Amino acid sequence: MRLTVNGAQHHLVGLDPRTTLLDVLRERLHLTGAKKGCDHGQCGACTVLLDGRRVNSCLILAITQPDARVTTVEGLGHRGEPHPVQQGFLEHDGFQCGYCTPGQICSAVGMLDEVAQGWPSAVTESDSEDLLADAEIRERMSGNLCRCGAYPNMVPAIREAAGR
Amino acid sequence: MKTFEYRTATGLADGLEPGAVFLAGGTNLVDLMKLGVATPDVLVDVTRLPLDQVTELPGGGVRIGSAVRNSDLAADRRIRTGYPVLSQALLAGASGQLRNMATTGGNLLQRTRCRYFMDATMPCNKHLPGSGCPAREGDHRNLAVLGGSDACIATHPSDMAVALAALDAVVQIDGPAGSRSIPVTDLHRLPGDTPERDTALEHGELITAVDLPVLPVAARSAYRKARDRASYAFAVGAVAAALEVKDGLVHDVRLAFGAVAPKPWRALAAEQALRGQPATRESFLAAADAELAAAQPLRDNAYKVTLIRNLTAATLSALTGDVR
Ligand SMILES: Cc1cc2nc3c(=O)[nH]c(=O)nc-3n(C[C@H](O)[C@H](O)[C@H](O)COP(=O)(O)OP(=O)(O)OC[C@H]3O[C@@H](n4cnc5c(N)ncnc54)[C@H](O)[C@@H]3O)c2cc1C
Ligand code: SF4
Ligand code: FES
Ligand code: FES
Repeated sequence: MRLTVNGAQHHLVGLDPRTTLLDVLRERLHLTGAKKGCDHGQCGACTVLLDGRRVNSCLILAITQPDARVTTVEGLGHRGEPHPVQQGFLEHDGFQCGYCTPGQICSAVGMLDEVAQGWPSAVTESDSEDLLADAEIRERMSGNLCRCGAYPNMVPAIREAAGR
Repeated sequence: MKTFEYRTATGLADGLEPGAVFLAGGTNLVDLMKLGVATPDVLVDVTRLPLDQVTELPGGGVRIGSAVRNSDLAADRRIRTGYPVLSQALLAGASGQLRNMATTGGNLLQRTRCRYFMDATMPCNKHLPGSGCPAREGDHRNLAVLGGSDACIATHPSDMAVALAALDAVVQIDGPAGSRSIPVTDLHRLPGDTPERDTALEHGELITAVDLPVLPVAARSAYRKARDRASYAFAVGAVAAALEVKDGLVHDVRLAFGAVAPKPWRALAAEQALRGQPATRESFLAAADAELAAAQPLRDNAYKVTLIRNLTAATLSALTGDVR
């Protein structure tokens, strides 16, 4: 089976059908940015971009994604030139222990794309609204938990990244 | 996880061999497989079938392909303006990541979050028929006050399905024995003494689409969900409502309750009690009471009756423009 991760093509041979995308990334490709927090879709630590959309890689069987394009936190930005969301997290101190951070960053990148497409959220009331107001960012990022409670600084980090 | 064979579905009416199940976004099924509660021999992936479009029906109304992702459906213009309750219900569910995978068909057929059902080591009539129901004496805080049985008091966890129940949606089904369509309110069954069967589907029947009828009242509709935290949590009670008021009187109304029953609960008694009545908070509360008269709360879930009563009044009041 073929899988493109961060632009590089991989051929996965002898893959057990039970293997999740998260386990392929971490155990086979040694991309340990995405974390296994809960393994049940409940925390967002495993968030990656699948064909550009944010998803929980722990609930996706790798075998169901032949020819998919996956981006992990390792594939965002370049050495010495972080992705705007990564830069925002650095400047605003958007983390403490960092465990949830790769998932938060991938999620934010996917989320900003959703906002660019005009997707509503549960707190959106009208079309004219600022889709990156504090309440919007909090709701849109609610699929990513942070045990350290570093949320307050993530909000400006993400909003600023949207402008870059 | 028990091992399984994997293949992609090739046709709508292929059906399934014994031990095989359909796989869509996997956000519920893969979870239950990890927990050892679902143990299929074969997974048949339906996400490559051409069922991922939202289209307009010839006579009006909208057809939602069963593989349409929850996030795409929630953002669809036709849904946001014609059936806002559906968009709101979808956005109130799960997270951005999960909605990007979750499909219309899978969301409808997701299974209860009853903690005993999700624990393969516990007795549970739903995952092991005849083993008993520990929830009745145990943790039933988020289980049914309507429609339950001695055998099972599970609640259906979907938000989307509650909106669809209020909207008179129709489920399109295909299978080896032919195609059929049933109202979404007939898709899920009450447990009775066979709680292992969640729905009216036969083994191998595929949901191909969900149709929304032309429904002018739906343009003024809303979904309200109560939960234990502000976001990313299942409902402890929810109301889907559509309301049309003329000269101060309720001209048309649709109402469904979530997280209180084994199925999305269409509140027909409440609707009937409301038609022609003044569109006031008093009428809304009386209508909720008419529906909730049948409630059979247990030790720890009686709060749901009060919660739904108040949510109903608040949701309908907001739809009259009189937000309280
Ligand atoms: C942490 C977490 C929080 C969540 N919170 C919420 C919430 O707040 N509100 C809410 O409503 N939901 C919530 N969900 C549930 C989520 O919405 C469902 O898991 C999702 O909608 C299921 O869709 P799927 O496509 O992934 O289904 P799958 O997991 O692929 O399938 C589910 C079931 O449907 C069957 N199936 C799928 N498609 C078809 C078809 N076309 N025909 C016949 N059978 C089919 C499968 O065989 C399986 O039995 C949450 C889930 C998680 C993990
Ligand atoms: S309520 Fe239903 S699902 Fe829960 S333990 Fe009882 S039988 Fe099982
Ligand atoms: S590890 Fe995937 S959501 Fe927690
Ligand atoms: S920074 Fe520690 S879990 Fe989020």
